[in-house]
Amino acid sequence: MNPVVKTVSLVKIYSGGAVPVPAVRGVDLQVEPGEFVAIMGPSGSGKSTLVHMLGGLDARTSGEIWLDDQRVDTLSESAWALLRRKKIGFMFQFFNLVANMTVADNVELPALLAGVSPKDARERREHLLGALNLSERADAAPGQLSGGEQQRVALARALANQPSVLLTDEPTGNLDSRNTRDVLRLLSDVHKEGQTIIMVTHDARVASLADRLVSLFDGEIVDDGRIARRRTGTAGAVIDLR
Amino acid sequence: MRPHLLALLAKEPAHGYELKQALEQTFGSAYPSPNIGQIYVTLGRLEKDGLIRAVDVEQSNRPNKKVYYLTAKGRDALTAWVDEPTEGPRVRDEFFMKLVLAPLTGIADRMALISRQRRHYLSLMRDLNDLLVHIEPGDRVAILLIEGAMLHLQADLDWLERCQEDLA
Repeated sequence: MNPVVKTVSLVKIYSGGAVPVPAVRGVDLQVEPGEFVAIMGPSGSGKSTLVHMLGGLDARTSGEIWLDDQRVDTLSESAWALLRRKKIGFMFQFFNLVANMTVADNVELPALLAGVSPKDARERREHLLGALNLSERADAAPGQLSGGEQQRVALARALANQPSVLLTDEPTGNLDSRNTRDVLRLLSDVHKEGQTIIMVTHDARVASLADRLVSLFDGEIVDDGRIARRRTGTAGAVIDLR
Repeated sequence: MRPHLLALLAKEPAHGYELKQALEQTFGSAYPSPNIGQIYVTLGRLEKDGLIRAVDVEQSNRPNKKVYYLTAKGRDALTAWVDEPTEGPRVRDEFFMKLVLAPLTGIADRMALISRQRRHYLSLMRDLNDLLVHIEPGDRVAILLIEGAMLHLQADLDWLERCQEDLA
């Protein structure tokens, strides 16, 4: 199987200030279909920049980005914007929902923008809101929802186009523990259904859902390996009480 | 296990099997399933040290059973256990010793050690996540225990990041 996402010697240097700041310094990353990859690293290690470049939100300085066997970093901005709508789902810490549209319209919007027929967009929206337990909130405005509900809407929107890859940056960043649990469950469910996910996070609970951990430091990959599934038993078998 | 049994006996006298049941009921799945043999061995030692005493209770058609109760000395030991400050689980850290000493010998570099340890912690976290998903919602004690372990792990991971920034 070919990788969903591939980068070759990817570099990002911010040159806006007095001194150019290298944020990503030669990243080679390959993500296979169905993989759930967590990206961790100290702040300033380049993890958000990397994910933003994968999603075309930030232009690369040099190197290559491939998405479903297509080189995308050389595409024109409008060509990439078009491709992005079809192939990439975003879910970030701040939900970026459109405030004056209903929940339902927020979720349908990406599909409509990607050229899906209104009927298909509506069906997909109904399916997603149902799966995320949000059917009853379809006509509400985002501002009427709790943080956890808004994050679920953001996830529904991100999945509306059945994207090749879901990119998410601190998906539980500002949620309380109950809402965090909901988002964890959701990510875990969509992953089980085969969704490819690349996620930046500081939260170890969220990161531990992934199959693979990529650690960044100073803009470079310093570790890339599986998160082993060890043993499951009772709490007592995992935690030594004495 | 000694102070745990003393605490249960402070509540009421009991025989060995009742203590096993009490541990199970109190801790739910949080207790590493109490082994009846270990309970009897511990009771024997507590009795020898004068912290508990046993009375034989006759049973029809069966051998006598020993019911244990707390002595004054036992109550003092229990009070001392409750009152003394408790060491955190990670005051002395084996990994830190590796991190400092291994690079001196050229056996391993720090970045590799930190990376490996991070993945180890995440796999532990994954276990805890799995447990939390499958636990009975009423099993409050076990849930608290798991959540506590998760917070410790998160702190360990944050600390690894500090080590990485500082030592790399």
